[in-house]
Formats: sequence, C-alpha cells, structure tokens
Amino acid sequence: MVTLKINEQEVKVAEGTTVLEAAKKLGVIIPTLCNHPDLCVAGNCRVCVVEQTGARTLIAACAMPVSEGMDIHTNSLKVRNARKHIVELLLSEHRADCTKCYKNQKCELQTLANEYSFGEHIFLDLVEDHSYSIDRSSPAFIKDDSKCIRCQRCVRTCSQLQHVSAIAVANKGAHMKISSFHDRPMSHVVCTNCGQCVNRCPTGALTEKTYIDQVWDAIYDPEKHVVVQTAPAVRVALGEDLGYDPGERVTGKMVTALRQLGFDSVLDTDFTADLTIIEEGTELLTRLKKVLVENDHSMALPMFTSCSPGWIKFIEHKYPQMLPNLSTCKSPQQMFGALAKTFYAQKRKLDPSKIVSVSIMPCTAKKYEADRPEMRSSGYKDIDFVLTTRELAVMIKQAGIDFRSLEPDNYDSIMGTSTGAGVIFGATGGVMEAALRTAYELVTGKPVPFKNLNIMPVRGMEGVKEATIKIEGTTEEWRFLEGAELKVAIAHGLVNANKIAKAVSTGKAQYHFIEIMACPGGCLGGGGQPIPTNAAIRQKRMEAIYSEDMHMDLRKSHENPEIIAIYNEFLEKPNGHKSHELLHTHYIERESY
Amino acid sequence: MYQTGNMVKELAEKHGRKRESLMPILQEIVRKHNYLTDDVMVAVATELDISAAEVYGTASFYTFLDTQERGKNVIRVCKTITCSMKGKNDIVSTLEDILKIKVGETTPDKMFTLLETNCIGWCHKAPAILINDMPYTDLTPETVIDVVKGYMR
Repeated sequence: MVTLKINEQEVKVAEGTTVLEAAKKLGVIIPTLCNHPDLCVAGNCRVCVVEQTGARTLIAACAMPVSEGMDIHTNSLKVRNARKHIVELLLSEHRADCTKCYKNQKCELQTLANEYSFGEHIFLDLVEDHSYSIDRSSPAFIKDDSKCIRCQRCVRTCSQLQHVSAIAVANKGAHMKISSFHDRPMSHVVCTNCGQCVNRCPTGALTEKTYIDQVWDAIYDPEKHVVVQTAPAVRVALGEDLGYDPGERVTGKMVTALRQLGFDSVLDTDFTADLTIIEEGTELLTRLKKVLVENDHSMALPMFTSCSPGWIKFIEHKYPQMLPNLSTCKSPQQMFGALAKTFYAQKRKLDPSKIVSVSIMPCTAKKYEADRPEMRSSGYKDIDFVLTTRELAVMIKQAGIDFRSLEPDNYDSIMGTSTGAGVIFGATGGVMEAALRTAYELVTGKPVPFKNLNIMPVRGMEGVKEATIKIEGTTEEWRFLEGAELKVAIAHGLVNANKIAKAVSTGKAQYHFIEIMACPGGCLGGGGQPIPTNAAIRQKRMEAIYSEDMHMDLRKSHENPEIIAIYNEFLEKPNGHKSHELLHTHYIERESY
Repeated sequence: MYQTGNMVKELAEKHGRKRESLMPILQEIVRKHNYLTDDVMVAVATELDISAAEVYGTASFYTFLDTQERGKNVIRVCKTITCSMKGKNDIVSTLEDILKIKVGETTPDKMFTLLETNCIGWCHKAPAILINDMPYTDLTPETVIDVVKGYMR
C-alpha cells in the first residue's frame, strides 16, 4: 500500500493506482477527457493535470501512478490556470456551434468549458483555418473532424475493444487528425458501424446519424401506419437517459411512452428473437445432421450466429473465407421488418406501402443493416428507420412526456408476444442460452438440465466463454445425437470475436456453435446505448436482462404462442420455403482496409 | 504506379511480422519505389495483421514516407529559416521554371517531384536541397540548374 496526500487529506491505495483513482477514492473530482474506464491510459488531453509538491511540472493524474509521500493539489492556482488554458486551447480548435450540435448538453468538452472557460476566450479561433471535413457516408454515424479534440478515445476503442482500427491517428502536429485508411469515406473502409466510438466520443465529433425527424414525419402522416419494435437491450438502458439509475427495467413505461408518441402499433423485437431461435436452431440441427451423419460438407460447421450486424460486417471484411459458417438467418430486427410488411400487413389488412417500420435499437450498426440492399424481401425497405436508445429518449423528452409518472402497459399483439429467451438476446451468451433451451428440448423432449433453465456457463462478462452440453435421452428422430457433446463458444467485443474466428479458421478450436456479439457485453453494451457505458453499467444492465427473463411467464422460444401461430398460419415450417424467402439472407466478401 | 507482387511478403520474411517491423518494411519499399501505393499499404497491413489505417497513419506521420505518387527523382528544397535567408525562394522558382511544375507536383513524365522540406542540417552551406538521398549545397539559381540537368538523362 502507498500513502499519499491529496488536497491535504491522507489516502492509502494499492501500488500502481493512478493519482486520478486515488483522488476518486477521496471523492475529489479531477476532470478528464481522453480518459475512459474501458480503455488504456492515453494522457494526451492534459485536462487532468494536478500539482505535485516538489515536481517541476504539472502531472497528468490519469497517467501518473501514486508514490509514497506524494503531496498532490488538484485545485491550486497553478492547476486552475493551466486547466483553463488547456480547455481554451482545445476550444480554439473545436467548432463550438453548441446550440446547433447534436451533443448539446451531452458534451464533455462543453461541460468543462462551462466550468473553466466562460467569457472572452484568450486564444485565436483556429477552426476557420483548417479545412475540416464532415463524413456523412455511413448510414449509421457522422464523423465531424471540426469537433474532434483528438483525445483518441475512438482510436483506442476501435483497436482495443474491436480489433478493427478502421480509424487511426494520421499526419502530425497541427495537421494531425483521426483518419480512416487514406482518409477514405467511412462507408468504404473496414468500419463495422458498431458505434462503440460514438458511445465514447466526448464531443460531437462522432454521433449517430439521427432519423428522429423522419420518424416524426411518419407519425404525423395520417396515411401512414407506423409500427415500432423495441430490441431486448433497450428496455434495461433507456431509463438511464431519463433519470433512472443503471439497471432499471422500464419495459412497461417504454411501451406506454411509445404509444403516447403516436406509434400505431407497439411491438417487440423479442418476438422475432424467439423466431430467430426456431430458425437458427433448426439450421444448426440441420447442419449437424448433414455434416456429422450424412457426411455432406456442403454446409459448414461450426455455425456462427448472425444477429449482430457489426460482427457480420467484421467477418465480411476480415474472414470472408468463413462466410459459409455464418447462419443464414437474418437478425431479429430484419426478420421483424420482413414480416411487418407481409404477415402483419395481411393480418391487419393494411397496404404494405403505407406501413412505416421503425425499430428502436441499442445499436448503430442496425442503421447500416437496415440499409443493406439485401434487406428488401417484403418488396419494400423492410425496416424504414432505426433509432438508437438515445434517440428514443430524445423523442420522449421532445414530446414532453413525464416518463416517471407513466403507467406501465403491454405490447400490442401480432408480433408483440415474447418469452424470456427473446429478452436474453440482449446480453452476451443470451442467444446461445435461448438456442440451447429450445434445441435441447427439441432433441430430447426434456428441458435443458440446468436449474430454472438458467444456463450459467454461457453467462457473464468473460471475453470468451466455452461450454459443453452433453445430449442424452434423444427422441427417435434425433437418435444420431445421442451421447454427443455439443461444444459451444461465446464471444463479445470484436477483439474477442477475432480470437475465436482466428482459432476456428486455423483449425485450433473445434466447436459446433458459436455466438458472437460485436459489442462488449452484447447488445446491452451497444453503441446506441446511453452514454456513459462502462463495465459497471454493463453489469447492471445484464442483471436487469436476466431479471426480466425470470419475470416472464414463458421462457422458451418454442412455447411462444404467437410463434406457433405464425408457423401454422403463414410460415408453414422452420427453414421452409417462405422462411428462406423472408427470414434468411446471404453475405458479401468485402475489402480488407 | 508499381506492382506490389511478392515484394511485401519477402520484406516481411526479412524484417519479421511484428509491429516494430512496420517501419523498416515501409522504409525499404520507399527506398526502392519512392512512395507507398494504397495496394502496398494494404498488403503490408495484411502481412503484419494490423489495419490499413494504422499503416497509413504511420506513413503519413513521416514526411519521407510518401503516400502520394512521386517521380523517379524527388527534389526536396529546405524551407527552414537559414536556407530561406540565403535564397531558397530563388532556388524554388528556378526549379519550378525548368521542371514546369509547382512545389508539390510531379512532372508528367514522372521523372521529378518537387517538394519542400524542413531543416536537413546543411544550414552552414545554405541554401540546400536533397535529390533523393543526395544533398546539394551552397546553391545558386545557376548551379541548381546544372545539378538537376544531371538527373535529366
């Protein structure tokens, strides 16, 4: 242990602790910008400078490890003046059109400016002298270099969490910028649109591309029937943007709010999550049978899940040789989209051209996914607009809804009923658990042999998880699987996905079924979730997801009555002709830069 | 433009595939071909299992690792204060006249690229230029013409 003094208060911390962490322990707030708990120390914004008695210069609290007898002052005149200058220097290169900015009042630089730099600025405004560019090429996000303070949170995110490095630091000195490969448009590089950088950008330099106005237009158009679906992870995070603590479940209130916003039908992505389980589970069993029994290697094993559009784009760029291993199932969002303008339209006797399909997602990559040319199997754009959790919170505020006082309500029917298996799609390991709950029962006629159906080995925040499920007591049809050990793996965060993909592609790992989610923690840690998102908050959201599951009457996808009905009335059978037309897709090999 | 071919693979064999091999590989390519094409940067990234943006980021940091097409001979005129005081501007305009290009441009026959550079350490013999790796010093508008003519063959 190391003893030091911060602002005359003594504190004992473990060796290796930074001054910043030690100060936090005392409740002393030191401002930061480039620092983020998910990322390595960078120490490049200098906002966290503090004074150490006896040291020649100010030190960066985020990067400086404590030492015995240190005497730190976080609020001396020297520190205050330095901080003011640092903030103003950052502002001199930042296009501060705050009232027009999407991040207005949610900007960390603005907060600091508010504390340190009001009145006349002492430095020249350099923004006009730079020829900054704004990249709007991606349907998911906007990269506005004129608001970038080069803290490099995005660069570290893309490299450390996602192993993508679609963006890196380019050039030097005054010309230094965050750049894609040769400054190509973000839509034409390896970027997966996961939005993890958007979630971590302290300013308005990286923001989701918002479709709020388009959605309002659709709602106000009397000709249009606007359906909305909400992803599993939204209900455990939306509250954070509306004044609740992390981990609060606000499902019922969210449904009421959506109805008050004017959506004609409030439906649930969890329904198509259940449907995904039936389709993907059937696909897995078919693949197992073809490869293991019939020795037909036209189908590839292991099978990867395909729910996460960030992961899909990652594998398309980085491991195109493994595209046959991807499940052909569309993601729940896109299954929903395809069914909304076919099955739902028929049932409700609506003209599909008059339906506007909106989805609320914890994800920015979903915006990109909805724009993929393959996603038009209904004959129309299957999903018209994708809003993030954050954008929904904005709409709720715009509408003047007092969220806290809302009475909880239930989803509408026809594609609104779901099970706990659908809900847990929002957490890493959830798709795997949901799939196992159904597949095991389909094959053996018995529920999975885990207490309360909770398959604990596939849960948790470990980057890569593995489990082996022994299949025993199979029914006649599935006799070939008797005694077989189903080997599964789960990864979240593309840095972990890359580990598994590499191990599989080089033959070092043998699995049957692999769940991959592009974002840390799965969808609950998605790029479209409330800011901040970090390990502690992801943990809270995960607990909320599993508690939501425990509170559901039905917890197995195949028991969802609307799923049974849709096969009887419309789809006929899993992986059948109609399923292939509407619920399955194909993938494209992409460039490696 | 030049062909990437097996060059990058061979260089990776020679220098290794670790992150720290990036610089020697890029330097050797530039020594041979004067600049880095997009193809070659992507090939290096693939070989070293890093992203192309990182290769570009590294290359763009270093003035001498060009990512724009360059001529066979790259002329860099020192623009730092001593050379400026000793007639660098006349050297530049003379070079622009005989090569019929502006600073930053390459001749249509791809023989010459004209650039400015920061201090190359020849202040005591200013004004100075570099042609490829060779410094030429104590220049006047007359002598610089002779120097460049030596490269025109």
